[in-house]
Amino acid sequence: MKGRRKPECSTGVTKANSGPRGAHMAFTIKVNETAHSVDVDADTPLLWVLRDVLGMYGTKFGCGIALCGACAVHVDGVPMRSCVTPIGSIGDKAITTIEAVGKTPQGKALQQAWLDLEVVQCGYCQSGQIMSAAALLTNKPKPSDADIDEAMSGNICRCGTYQRIRAAIHRAAGTKED
Amino acid sequence: MLDRLDRRGFLKVGSALSGGLVLKLTVPIAFRPPWAAEAGPSFNPNAFIRIDRQGVVTLVIPMVEMGQGTYTALPMLLAEELEVGLDRVRLEHAPPDDVQYANPMLHFQATGMSSSIRAFWTPLRQAGAVGRTLLISAAANRWGVGPRTCRAQQGVVLHSPSGRGLPYGELVDAAAKLPIPTTDTVMLKDPKDFTLIGTSAKRLDAPDKVNGRAQFGIDVRVTNMKIAAIAISPVFGGKPKSVNETAALAVKGVRQVVRIDNAVAVIADHMWAAQKGLIAAVIQWDDGPHATVNSSDIIHQLDEASKQPGVVARNEGDAKKALAGAAQRIDAIYQMPFLAHAAMEPMNCTVHVRKDGCDLWVGTQVPTRTQSLISEITGLPKEAVKIHNQLLGGGFGRRLEADGSVLAVKIAQQVDGPVKVIWSREEDIQHDMYRPYYYDRLSAGLDASGKPIAWTHRVSGSSIYARYLPQIFTNGLDRDAVEGAAEPPYDLPNIHVDYVRVEPPGVPTAFWRGVGPTHNIFVVESFIDELAAAAKQDPVAYRKALLGHNPRALRVLEVATEKAGWGRPLPAGQGRGVSVQFAFDTYLSQVVELEVAFDGAIRVHRIVCAVDCGVAINPDTIAAQVEGGALFGLTAALYGNITLKNGRVEQSNFHDYPSIRINQAPRIETYLVKGAASPGGFGEAPTAAVAPAVTNAIFAVTGKRIRTLPIDISLLKSAV
Repeated sequence: MKGRRKPECSTGVTKANSGPRGAHMAFTIKVNETAHSVDVDADTPLLWVLRDVLGMYGTKFGCGIALCGACAVHVDGVPMRSCVTPIGSIGDKAITTIEAVGKTPQGKALQQAWLDLEVVQCGYCQSGQIMSAAALLTNKPKPSDADIDEAMSGNICRCGTYQRIRAAIHRAAGTKED
Repeated sequence: MLDRLDRRGFLKVGSALSGGLVLKLTVPIAFRPPWAAEAGPSFNPNAFIRIDRQGVVTLVIPMVEMGQGTYTALPMLLAEELEVGLDRVRLEHAPPDDVQYANPMLHFQATGMSSSIRAFWTPLRQAGAVGRTLLISAAANRWGVGPRTCRAQQGVVLHSPSGRGLPYGELVDAAAKLPIPTTDTVMLKDPKDFTLIGTSAKRLDAPDKVNGRAQFGIDVRVTNMKIAAIAISPVFGGKPKSVNETAALAVKGVRQVVRIDNAVAVIADHMWAAQKGLIAAVIQWDDGPHATVNSSDIIHQLDEASKQPGVVARNEGDAKKALAGAAQRIDAIYQMPFLAHAAMEPMNCTVHVRKDGCDLWVGTQVPTRTQSLISEITGLPKEAVKIHNQLLGGGFGRRLEADGSVLAVKIAQQVDGPVKVIWSREEDIQHDMYRPYYYDRLSAGLDASGKPIAWTHRVSGSSIYARYLPQIFTNGLDRDAVEGAAEPPYDLPNIHVDYVRVEPPGVPTAFWRGVGPTHNIFVVESFIDELAAAAKQDPVAYRKALLGHNPRALRVLEVATEKAGWGRPLPAGQGRGVSVQFAFDTYLSQVVELEVAFDGAIRVHRIVCAVDCGVAINPDTIAAQVEGGALFGLTAALYGNITLKNGRVEQSNFHDYPSIRINQAPRIETYLVKGAASPGGFGEAPTAAVAPAVTNAIFAVTGKRIRTLPIDISLLKSAV
């Protein structure tokens, strides 16, 4: 965002941004092993930093209140809903997004299984689905169907690809459906 | 409207500017809607099909990909006849142009009504065959041999006697100079020789959808673009009364506050700043005339209106007389709610309005309709309105409307530079255009043996066509509203079906995944089940007896019930329900196996679906559409319900407008019944079939007949 005008210049409001959130803050976050400096309020969700500030559009907006999972990313390996994760809460933790999850063995195996079984339809939710699945396989390399239900029930797919998602997770893990 | 296309398309052949072969395909259409009335530009460099000197085939696709697999199935039609591998075909979104790219079934450039394959089944194969014939002729000329001694395979023309071969890329310039072959020399392949059609070819759009690279409308990035969050009047037809612009502008990153007739937009550097700006703006609304509308008023209005006769959609025999003389009479009222679409990609549109033109980046099912509306509101000529179509993160009919583009352009007209307007999920649900609330009255008369001798069905509800495509809303009859009702698959000697148009105040209505059939097949398949129960007959046997004249419907019913093990005992609390339908030129039967718990909760365990869609282009895509379509319909049957209170939609996000999740999803099995008929549509058929199979299964378990959707499980408490 080089060359961006400061808000007070653009709006003509001189006494803008008072209070704790308004303080001019720059955050340095590590996304897919690259450090980025961003100048946003501390309460700005990671989702909008990724998309609108860094131009990384693989992570999707679906609901804004952690109900659909389209925005799932990993923060230090833990699946998080980036739409409700404030930038100020991340510190120096490592963020992984769909753009880089293929570099992990779990992510790579899942992406291949997704293609082998033709999981995607519209595809919009699949970034989040794969991120949730990758976190599952990192913690439970041999998941049961109950594990899959638990890990994946936060991700909505309106195209209804769930049967193939389940099968693809099993395929990537080398496990079978119950 | 959905007349089967049997006319042949016109083909033109020429050279591309950069060399290579161009096939221009124009399919005649019966009429054009108002926005397509003017002829398009006389020269358009985007032809339908181009083959370049490297042998790469580019297909300019007028249909949009929204998950249904059309970006794979349409190229398959072309590649089959052109004799190239699918990996040699590149796709481009078509620009808006009703002259070159109209969907011959829908009369304009649109993706909807499960029509893509049906509309282009013949024209695209013909285009491929013409291309193949020209390339073979070019090679034969060069070799000085007869074209009949040559054949094409995998992008190469081969002359077997001499063992010679020439790749298409080396033949395109010569082929472009040849006269268009006459139809008797252009033979479509015998289906038994198909090598691609009928195979589960890999989806061409899949690789970029698993690594985050696929660009949907919401992912567009334009230099110097700002982001807009919007608040639309909570009551349809209301206006912003007061806006605290100063407070909104004080939010860091906010650049501008824009007011339009029915909404306020906050323009900012990023979405979060824009959303905070909207909150800070504390908008007050003038609610307008619809501030007191409640769902109960709308239902009451429908109930009253449906007591009067409507416009006749079908009348055969004498249903009234037959009903009067029947041994047994059954009456029922069925109701289906307003539904939102809730595509995973919320509504959005990126716009740059300038004095001399306007660019839109949006995933739309209707590029020409959008272009025309934007031309009207900006005063710009159509050719100055550029639509850059994008992948759609779900359509389901929502993106057959251009309201989101119109709103974005009205905002962008006040913004210096490009702006991406993103709807919150709450705006997306609360300012959808809804599947109409339908209110249906049915009566049937059975003879002493239980056979239906009279059938009357009155559909009451909003007409989408009257607003959307008034040319085909003739004599007060909306064919879509009665599709699936006017032509049930059964032998019904005395049938009367009519339609009463009732427009709900303050609720915009629109298409949904399988509008007419989704509504009517629930009603018809539930009611036929009621008749079977009244006749004390097995629901499958009862249907079979009425399908003697309809072998394809009978066959899918037989296959589905056989595969599902119809009649085989199930544990207590579990049961099966069935449905059979003919819609979108596809025959389909579903058997649902479910469990009703003591508290009324429903758990669907298994859905078995048998399909006869004629020639199956890509069987795996068909299975995927069965799986997804059935879940879309199941979500609606179990949860889908948009209600109004004081003119406001009460639902707002996935907590109160829920969707099926993986832990609730049943196992779904698809069985294809092989057919030689021209392919039927498939994106919507499975959605229509599921609700009645579910409620019929509930009846089998509990004896309770569900006539209103979504299913009210409190009615099922202690019913097991």
